[in-house]
Amino acid sequence: MDKLVAQYSRPQHQNESYSEQEQQDLTESLPPLSLKFSLPPVDNRASFLRAMTDDHSNPSCPIKLAHGTTTLAFRFQGGIIVCTDSRATAGNWIASQTVKKVIPVSRLSRGEDKPSNDPTPGLLGTMAGGAADCQYWLRYLSQQCTLHEIRHKRRITVAAASKILANLTYAYKGYGLSMGTMLCGVTPQEGPALYYIDSDGTRLPGNLFCVGSGQTFAYGVLDSNYRYDLSVEEALALGRRAILAAMHRDAYSGGFINLYHVKEEGWVHHGFDDMNPIFWKTKLEQGEFSNVTSEL
Amino acid sequence: MTSITGHPAGGEGIGYSFSQPTAAPVKQHGFYPYTDNGGSTLGITGSDFAILAGDTRSTSGYNINSRMVPKVFKIGGDDETGEGAQIVLSVVGFAADGNALKERLDAVVKMYKYQHGKPMSVSACAQRLSTILYGKRFFPYYVHAILAGLDEEGKGALYSYDPVGSYEREQCRAAGAAASLIMPFLDNQVNFKNQYIPGSGEGHALEAKKAEPLPQTHVEQLVRDAFTSAVERHIEVGDNLQMMIITREGIKEVFHPLKKD
Repeated sequence: MDKLVAQYSRPQHQNESYSEQEQQDLTESLPPLSLKFSLPPVDNRASFLRAMTDDHSNPSCPIKLAHGTTTLAFRFQGGIIVCTDSRATAGNWIASQTVKKVIPVSRLSRGEDKPSNDPTPGLLGTMAGGAADCQYWLRYLSQQCTLHEIRHKRRITVAAASKILANLTYAYKGYGLSMGTMLCGVTPQEGPALYYIDSDGTRLPGNLFCVGSGQTFAYGVLDSNYRYDLSVEEALALGRRAILAAMHRDAYSGGFINLYHVKEEGWVHHGFDDMNPIFWKTKLEQGEFSNVTSEL
Repeated sequence: MTSITGHPAGGEGIGYSFSQPTAAPVKQHGFYPYTDNGGSTLGITGSDFAILAGDTRSTSGYNINSRMVPKVFKIGGDDETGEGAQIVLSVVGFAADGNALKERLDAVVKMYKYQHGKPMSVSACAQRLSTILYGKRFFPYYVHAILAGLDEEGKGALYSYDPVGSYEREQCRAAGAAASLIMPFLDNQVNFKNQYIPGSGEGHALEAKKAEPLPQTHVEQLVRDAFTSAVERHIEVGDNLQMMIITREGIKEVFHPLKKD
């Protein structure tokens, strides 16, 4: 009888504690930029995730993720211009107006990017779509690029770096990642190189890309004024002007204009400037945006 | 790289007209593992301090389940009281997820201290929290987290997060139910948004007022004002205000009563 009781009186939860390996994983102090993700206990994970987080298909979803953007990058004779807005939205709520959407991808260029005239070596990545997806995977890419640098004693090419990211997004196809990113850099092997990678697994080399909800507005300005032999000053002004147009017409874009120039020696930051004074300067001094009245 | 996670992708199959259903599809009930427990949190930094605050009401729908459930936690302390902690975390959203996240981060920060023999810096802790949140990218923690402490230079540091771990260092941030009521107030009073220097010009030439770090007593008053105002206009906010003030001397925790209706 005692044997029977013992057999059936074990606590129900005795097998529910964490295994040694799991405990180790939980408390590991090295950040595991790993590919171990916890998954919901349902058959169709994609539709669960969509029901919880996709406010486009389900406006009353409980978890609103930060989204929305205009970013652009183009190649010209002086290198590559990268320019973005700084707004993050969660549904109709403006979650932040000060997002840094240009992310340095390199061991050497971590830390605060203060405006300075000394170029910082390394690649630049831009961030459009899910903010967390872009931040996390560009961090992962940064780790991989650093490892490449240590193993091969030379910096990774933009082609190789972009392929790491594209292979990654392709492997996670259907999981609901959302990112559209551009990788830019100048390497001895390639010269100035620009790649577009998105969460569908697309990877395209090119001269000129605009990504995000305001991409069409930026393309409109960029396409009509772009020439390969633009001077550096003209190119910086064009990048700024294209983002300004997108901020003006796209409700999901706005905030500050973040401008970078990638040269042979590395990238240079050209300011994180409030769009409002730039808008009025453009209107009142250049006579553009005549659809807006300037009377107060 | 066949299957990175060891799990096949959970996509819908393609519905060809000639494909025969092999077995009856498994019926599954709606899986809704989250509850919104309401409440609001708020953090502001200064030149040598950081303040994280939250109300202590816990709701579920229109029910108030408790009037004393703190949302702000000390991270990496030596004992249950959090003595010796230098980092503070606030979580708002689903309290169970929030607690799990707090416990997890607390364990990580402690392990770091034992393994490295020095406390974890706020910037390191901030990035670690981001990877913890992203580790549940496909089954998210339903929380908006804010992390506060003092950086390597002794300045106040505040990091805010979305549910899956995108993060940013900021001067001030409100999260939770009354974020949309508090954040515009903070923009105006902390970052001086839409404030101009009187007499600096006419029309478009008006000069914008520059934001600068505020003194501690002023910030404490701003926090109290933000919450008393939010209580007036949001049903999920009230009961008590919990404030953690992080300075070089340590963390001071204070409670203020809020309206109980």
